Amino acid sequence: MFFYLLRRLLTAIPTMFVIVTIAFFLIRVAPGGPFNQERGLSPEIKANLEAQFGLNDPLWLQYWNYLKNLLHGDFGPSYNLPDFTVAELFSEGLKVSIPLGLSALIVALLLGGTLGIIAALNQNKSGDYAVIAVATAGSTIPTFVIAPIIQLLFGLTWKLLPVGGWGGGAFINMVGPVLTLALPQMAIVARLMRGSMIESLRSHHIRTARAMGLSDWSVVVKHALRGAVLPIVSYAGPAAAALLTGSIVVETIFAIPGVGRYFVQAALNRDYTLVMGTVVVIALFTIVFNLIVDIMYAVVDPRVRYD
Amino acid sequence: MTDATAASATVAAKPVVGRSLWGDAWARLKANKAAMISLYYLILMAVVCIVGPFFVSHQYTTIYPDYVRTAPSFSSYPRPEMIETALSDAVKRMRVDIKEWHQEGSRVSVTVTSSKKVDERNVRYLERSDAFDSVTVDSTSSDGLEMVMSASVKQQYFLFGTDNVGRDLLSRTLMAGRISLAIGLLAGIVAVVIGVVYGATAGFMGGKTDEVMMRIVDVLYSLPFIFFVIMLVVFFGRNFVLMFLAVGAVLWLDMARIVRGQALSIRRQEYVQAAEAMGVSSRGIVRRHVIPNLLGPVVIYMTLLVPQVILLESFLSFLGLGVQEPMTSWGVLISAGAANIGSANWMLLFPAFFLVSTLFALNFIGDGLRDALDPKDR
Repeated sequence: MFFYLLRRLLTAIPTMFVIVTIAFFLIRVAPGGPFNQERGLSPEIKANLEAQFGLNDPLWLQYWNYLKNLLHGDFGPSYNLPDFTVAELFSEGLKVSIPLGLSALIVALLLGGTLGIIAALNQNKSGDYAVIAVATAGSTIPTFVIAPIIQLLFGLTWKLLPVGGWGGGAFINMVGPVLTLALPQMAIVARLMRGSMIESLRSHHIRTARAMGLSDWSVVVKHALRGAVLPIVSYAGPAAAALLTGSIVVETIFAIPGVGRYFVQAALNRDYTLVMGTVVVIALFTIVFNLIVDIMYAVVDPRVRYD
Repeated sequence: MTDATAASATVAAKPVVGRSLWGDAWARLKANKAAMISLYYLILMAVVCIVGPFFVSHQYTTIYPDYVRTAPSFSSYPRPEMIETALSDAVKRMRVDIKEWHQEGSRVSVTVTSSKKVDERNVRYLERSDAFDSVTVDSTSSDGLEMVMSASVKQQYFLFGTDNVGRDLLSRTLMAGRISLAIGLLAGIVAVVIGVVYGATAGFMGGKTDEVMMRIVDVLYSLPFIFFVIMLVVFFGRNFVLMFLAVGAVLWLDMARIVRGQALSIRRQEYVQAAEAMGVSSRGIVRRHVIPNLLGPVVIYMTLLVPQVILLESFLSFLGLGVQEPMTSWGVLISAGAANIGSANWMLLFPAFFLVSTLFALNFIGDGLRDALDPKDR
């Protein structure tokens, strides 16, 4: 197991390298630069800024310097938010995005899982159809429709929740964004759970458990669930990475200071270091969560061994 | 199965006519109510969006400054109580005073006075108002300080209300539908063509070529998708046709994987080996066996791809990166609606309903096709 993890971490290095390289050169070949703004800077100031950030060096040298700094954990300064380094922006933003994403993930897994189990136990009955309807709605209605509708209903009509804002992470401010983030994920989890649970309930060891006279609860929760949970685990990895790195839609609509909005802003402003920072952070989260998924696999299913 | 009994009845009556696989699939699809209703709904939606704008009395670009954020209604505007405001607004612009006004049927007649001579050209101010047209000067007093004008009240309908600069939301929603559906189809086709060609090449060539081609796909997969899309926006700027060709060019990755997998497995199928053993030419094998078997997953994936593209376009437009004003799409409208949700919720609700119901229909059709085309899954 230990050597397996070590090998996985080592193979992650070339992956990261390729991602960083592609992203670096892609954003550089895009026309424009970080200091070509609408309110144009005077040419001398622009030249000074570019010299200070080393943007006049040959591209390969900039690439080399960036890689070198990255290895030291230095993401560089942000060009368009000049008082902050990229690392500072992320450490501030992730304080918001991680709790938000984690809550959404937990809500999605618990609710989606429960709904999926209910559907599987009532296969082709009304309960099943209700869950399927909810799951279809959840995965069809885009977040940028769900979010304003939540604002409209809970914020403006019933006045139960604030319309937006972060409020230092107050519970009441989190409800709307968490619901918005969780709903589509919940729909997918419910579908996956339903499918794998139906399969699991048909398997021989469940028939044996029933024949031995175990209670329904223990058959479902102890035996069937264990076999059914694997697809959810493998789905949860990428989903967690996506949720924890913020969502631009939710952050824009609910006015939340997370990290999701940086990507679009930075790419449009050609804030090279911030774009690269976002790519690296997303890739890191993806790699880490995929690793966690693999560990979870071995925990959940003893047949899975890494030697 | 009801259609099987129906089929056997016809077989008994007529000489045996074999049912093609496609006929079979079509029959299965027809038996799926949700999918058929969705199909009709989608056709209706497309027809309404394409033909509808010709029948709506408003152009989607026309701005009615007097009807900003007007609530949707089946009755006509201006409302009786709005006529006075519209009149006094217009008269204020003429810099004269209203002495008296009254309404007879659809015509309004107004008497204005001023301390200076009233200019006849002032009727323009009434004509410019969105509430009146065919303005005439009925009489002018001998000293020219008083003038009687009359105008007909222009009856206008805003079934979906208006947006926050005063454009008719119905015509805008329909125009947006044209754009969104067209983009979905366009980018979907681009993605399918690239994906099928790439995947089929990798699958049939096999060996080293396959290896290299699929590694490229893997690398492209590992980059955050949204990064790609934003880079394309950056490159292609505001030209949305080019941009969506490019978006299609990004979405082909899944298609390529699916087609490659299919191609690999079909090549090893026993019926292909049998055909080879019987001396069928490889062109014949591709035409009779490979393409029909590939087509199923491709068609299914395409129906699932189109809503993805529509969603992506809406998402980009929501961020302000997609379709640009005055052209519009459902995403643009929803974004404007979300921004005005406190004061004008219809601006969100109508476009959102159109978008969501279309996505629903496409998903049901996709599911129905999957059930119809994949006989193993039944």
